[in-house]
Amino acid sequence: MNPFESFELAIKNIAAGKVRAFLTMLGIIIGVMAVILIVGIGNGLSNYMVEQFQSMGTNTLNVSVFGRGSSRSVSPDAMYELVEDNPGYLSLVSPVLGINGSVKTGSETYSTSVTGVSEDYFRIRQYEVATGRGLYFVDVDKRSNVCVVGSYIASEYYPGGAAGEKIRIAGADFTIVGVLAEEADSEESGTDDAVYIPYSTASRLGSSAINTYVLTVVSEDEAAASKKIVEDELLDVFGNSNAYRVQSMTELLATMSQMLNIVIIVLAAIAGISLVVGGVGIMNIMLVSVTERTREIGIRKALGAKERYIMSQFVIEAATTSAIGGALGIAAGYGLSKVARQVLTAVTGEALAVAPSTAAVLVAFGVSAAIGILFGYLPAKKAARLNPIDALRYE
Amino acid sequence: MDAKPLIEFRSVSKYYYMGDNVVRAADRITMTVRHGEFVAIVGQSGSGKSTCMNIIGCLDVPTSGEYILDGRSVGELGKNKLAEIRNEMVGFIFQQYNLLPKANLRENVEIPLMYSGVPKGERRRRAVEVLTSLGLGDKLRNRPNQLSGGQQQRVSIARALVGNPALILADEPTGALDSKTGREVLSILRRLHSEGHTIVLITHDGSIARMAQRIVRLEDGRVVFDGPSEEAGI
Repeated sequence: MNPFESFELAIKNIAAGKVRAFLTMLGIIIGVMAVILIVGIGNGLSNYMVEQFQSMGTNTLNVSVFGRGSSRSVSPDAMYELVEDNPGYLSLVSPVLGINGSVKTGSETYSTSVTGVSEDYFRIRQYEVATGRGLYFVDVDKRSNVCVVGSYIASEYYPGGAAGEKIRIAGADFTIVGVLAEEADSEESGTDDAVYIPYSTASRLGSSAINTYVLTVVSEDEAAASKKIVEDELLDVFGNSNAYRVQSMTELLATMSQMLNIVIIVLAAIAGISLVVGGVGIMNIMLVSVTERTREIGIRKALGAKERYIMSQFVIEAATTSAIGGALGIAAGYGLSKVARQVLTAVTGEALAVAPSTAAVLVAFGVSAAIGILFGYLPAKKAARLNPIDALRYE
Repeated sequence: MDAKPLIEFRSVSKYYYMGDNVVRAADRITMTVRHGEFVAIVGQSGSGKSTCMNIIGCLDVPTSGEYILDGRSVGELGKNKLAEIRNEMVGFIFQQYNLLPKANLRENVEIPLMYSGVPKGERRRRAVEVLTSLGLGDKLRNRPNQLSGGQQQRVSIARALVGNPALILADEPTGALDSKTGREVLSILRRLHSEGHTIVLITHDGSIARMAQRIVRLEDGRVVFDGPSEEAGI
């Protein structure tokens, strides 16, 4: 009697009571389905997040300066020098200086984000210039009153085309030299609702010190080392590590991915509890089955079945039941993932791929088979230990 | 004496403890059954014949005394060894047939061979052969409950024979049958005996016991008669 024959016998027994077998499996089916669905949605979210980050550029370092004592800021020249001194690590830099003040097109006044940046800013952020031009070094050098606007401003206030038109920012007249390509659906107060001017001009208009910079690193693999270079420089300037903060987008992404993964694992583990509940259900039915089949067990033992044959018959039957449940759960999980993908895409308007990972599927199947073995063990032991004389007399 | 002993009981006792009372189900029984014999063990209920059967069939072990089956002492063996001996040495025929209801006839007959590790094809061939020799060759795929009582008992005889055991142990084989089919079953047993099988028949019914060569009568766990059936006075 080999395991394959026990397996055949198990299939026969399961097929003989399909409804009961299905109800027994239901816990496992639901558990596996839930795990697969949650992991799938989690993967989808994680991928979506990574994509969003990548579109912003994961190779950037954000520098915020809070200042300390009399040293309140770091000059753009110092930052440019830092980049030039470390060509192996840092490539581009742009000050980021937001200014307050209303914006006026013709007679219409509105609020939008106005930011002073360098000529490299659009490359750092990977923004494309759709029409006209970006900012040039001469604009920065000459503190020119020129600006580049986001697609929302262009489409909302300049239906006839924005390039070459006039705009009034904080009481000064500017010429729009370029329009950026749409980044995020051209929504109000979104990424596309923005005006960019040379940081030198912004500095003059807002008369506040520049305390934010964005830099790009040469290689994302060297993000940590690059970050260290900037930090060391700032520590030299301020002598206190609380005076500034350098944030690497790569690190930020890693941190957020990690947090999301923890959430997914916790949710999957909660879903996994139903697998254990399913296992208890299998144990319950196997115990009933052992009682119902006491006479069969007695007959088999009288005819020469050793304890381990009876044992393996019941364990294999429980494992088979559980594994079939696992397989059905995987199928249901895939089906629901497809539904979830369409629902989420419809609700959020974003293409969110709900993709169950192969690893999750394999683990779910393995765990469900293992649960069958684990929870089938006790009933199988009970069956194997039956005294053949009593079992034969059992009605 | 002619043939070698197959079953030897040497002062075999079996006690059950019920509260403070000791029930002596078998009380120092000594007897021998030789290869090729047809022996009936008779007795009223409570005489100890079921206990005897369980010990002979290696389903149970004696409390004291020695049971030697085909030269091997059985009393000290573990459960798995006993299962092996049952499988190889004993063919059981039960009063209630004890067939598996969900398995067809061929599968039922194959069970002992399955546990002795006979390969599938060989198993199938032998099961079909034995069932055919007992006139059930056309019902191999039927379930036991599609058969009459007599036919079901023939299936259990086939199952007892298929492993070619040294001993056929029949426990009230006609108990659930009407007298006509009962006689048919008994004539099969006689035929098997004439073909050289050793048969031990357990019964409470003297008229059935008379079919055997030799009768062992039990009362209160003791042997009160052991001799040729003509001399048993029943």
